[in-house]
Amino acid sequence: MLEIKNLHARIAESGTEIIRGLNLTVKAGEVAAIMGPNGSGKSTLSYILAGRDDYEVTEGDILYNGESILEMDPAERAAKGLFLAFQYPMEIPGVATMEFLKVAMNSQRKARGEEPLKVPEFIKRVKDAAGTLEMDFNMLKRPVNVGFSGGEKKRAEILQMKLLEPKLCVLDETDSGLDIDALKIVSDGVNALRSPDRAIIVITHYQRLLDHIVPDTVHVLYKGQVIKSGDKSLALELEENGYAGIIEEAA
Amino acid sequence: MNMRAEIQRTPAEAAIVDAFGERLSLLPGDGAIMVKRDDAIEQIKAGLPTRRVESWHYTDLRRLLASVPAFDASAEAKAIAPLLEGSTLLSIVNGVSSATPDLEGVSFQRLGDKLVDGSYAPALVTYGSDDAVGALNTAFVADGYFVDIEAGTQLEKPIELQNIQAGGQSHVRLPVRVGAGSKAIIVERQTGEGVGLVSSVSQLLLGDDAEVLWLIVQDQPETATHLAQFKAELGKNARLTLFVMNAGGKLVRQEVIVKANGEGADFKLRGVNLLAGDSHVDVTMVLDHAVPHTTSTEVVRNVVTGRAKGVFQGRINVHQIAQKTDARMACNTLLLSDDGEFSTKPELEIFADDVACGHGATVTEIDRNHLFYLMARGVDEKTARGLLVRAFLAEVIEELEDETVVDPLEELLGNWFATHG
Repeated sequence: MLEIKNLHARIAESGTEIIRGLNLTVKAGEVAAIMGPNGSGKSTLSYILAGRDDYEVTEGDILYNGESILEMDPAERAAKGLFLAFQYPMEIPGVATMEFLKVAMNSQRKARGEEPLKVPEFIKRVKDAAGTLEMDFNMLKRPVNVGFSGGEKKRAEILQMKLLEPKLCVLDETDSGLDIDALKIVSDGVNALRSPDRAIIVITHYQRLLDHIVPDTVHVLYKGQVIKSGDKSLALELEENGYAGIIEEAA
Repeated sequence: MNMRAEIQRTPAEAAIVDAFGERLSLLPGDGAIMVKRDDAIEQIKAGLPTRRVESWHYTDLRRLLASVPAFDASAEAKAIAPLLEGSTLLSIVNGVSSATPDLEGVSFQRLGDKLVDGSYAPALVTYGSDDAVGALNTAFVADGYFVDIEAGTQLEKPIELQNIQAGGQSHVRLPVRVGAGSKAIIVERQTGEGVGLVSSVSQLLLGDDAEVLWLIVQDQPETATHLAQFKAELGKNARLTLFVMNAGGKLVRQEVIVKANGEGADFKLRGVNLLAGDSHVDVTMVLDHAVPHTTSTEVVRNVVTGRAKGVFQGRINVHQIAQKTDARMACNTLLLSDDGEFSTKPELEIFADDVACGHGATVTEIDRNHLFYLMARGVDEKTARGLLVRAFLAEVIEELEDETVVDPLEELLGNWFATHG
């Protein structure tokens, strides 16, 4: 589903190279965890996948279902089924969450040549999804993420993911800022989306999220490269011994 | 001795002075009114204000007012449906009022009648040598409406004062007196078509404990010059919210002159300025906190496209006795084109020592983070930008809370974006 080939990317403004020859393949149905120390390029990778123009790809390619997405803007990528759950979801004053959800869902439907959702159907879907995430529906009348706690923002991200039904989900440190109960609710929400035709990439620092969202593969990112891949036992090994051993091994 | 007198008149100044000579016999008013008109035209003869006049620094009227259309009696204008449903409508078309309606607790008079009998003379005052709008209007004002809302009247339906021009010149006044404890929503609608020169002066006298929401909605064509003044005096515990929406006009000056004269008075100014094309739109406020314990907040939001230029000047005078004044002013601008401009000038003159006053101004582009977030959810760039710009403005509109007011204003906003977005 996703194939990243020898990707090199830098910060557009400063020219600092962050991703240095990254290779990664994620198949449909797979849950892949990406771990790595601070500054290894995890969040940058998520932004590049989503199409943020602060980063410039200088070499290599990103293929999604066999098609390069490098020339697509973020909206086109999203319409094709790519979703990034932000580490720090943006607050957007003045845009009501419900309005935002409706515009987003209908924009994607339009891009796929589908009819816009009827209002009652839309509201039903949002209510159902909010219910499973134990979110207060009234909160969604407020502007996007404004006044939401850290945990509420993360839930709102998962809510959007449920509603937009993407094919490739990238979760950037979704566990940060969540207490144990919220972590469970959010993880359940993600697990409910696991399906043979959907891939999920979980970016995280910690094993604890992977206790809830059990990955099929684990990849260690260091200095902009995947230096080691393995199964879920790799995450446990990292939890035990830290990154130092693996970094040495790769050097 | 007087340098100004020797200055060569601009074509616009000459046209105004000539028009006064020609119109004089047609202008309504007794002797007292005519004296006021003469004084006013003398002020114009001394020259329209230039950038060297502090209050006109960003709007050099002498330079910007390139020409003045002749009066056009044959211009045909038609009243339009009121902005808010169920409003009592008083329209002025091509500068002329019509028969007044009946409304319990309110008396309406055609202003032309009050000029003819001279009873309006004491209210025809300009407030200084730089009051070009007041002077122009005083010289030529021929009609308008006088609205008197009795004390203790709670108006359930809004009153709309509608000024529709159709080219040529029109000069109107809209004095409104709101008695103690009364409550009203008043819409001032300024629109029309053609190459017009409009001057309009609104005067609101707000009694003790009275509460008014006054909406100025200006969407003149991009060929019109619109020079307007809104003056208000607030009594004890009176509350005034003035909402100004500028969505048109070629050269626009909207002055807001408010005096909080009674303790406990509260004034709110909320402004939305939508600037497109070659327009020049200036909102200038002078607010006096004249007694202790008064409050005010001003929030002005601007969107600038094309080669448009915008101005907001906000002057707050806190008098020496006006202790415990609380005044906050903010002006935020979204600059959406490289050729657009916006100038903001906040001025606080504080003579009291126990007050809380603040102001802030920002000029920004659309927040790239917000744009990325929306696009990452599949919203195309054009829609995402539109959503963010409208959100920026809608915040000010939605603060009005009342749906019957908010919805029509948001519809106007939508119409503007449909044409200019």
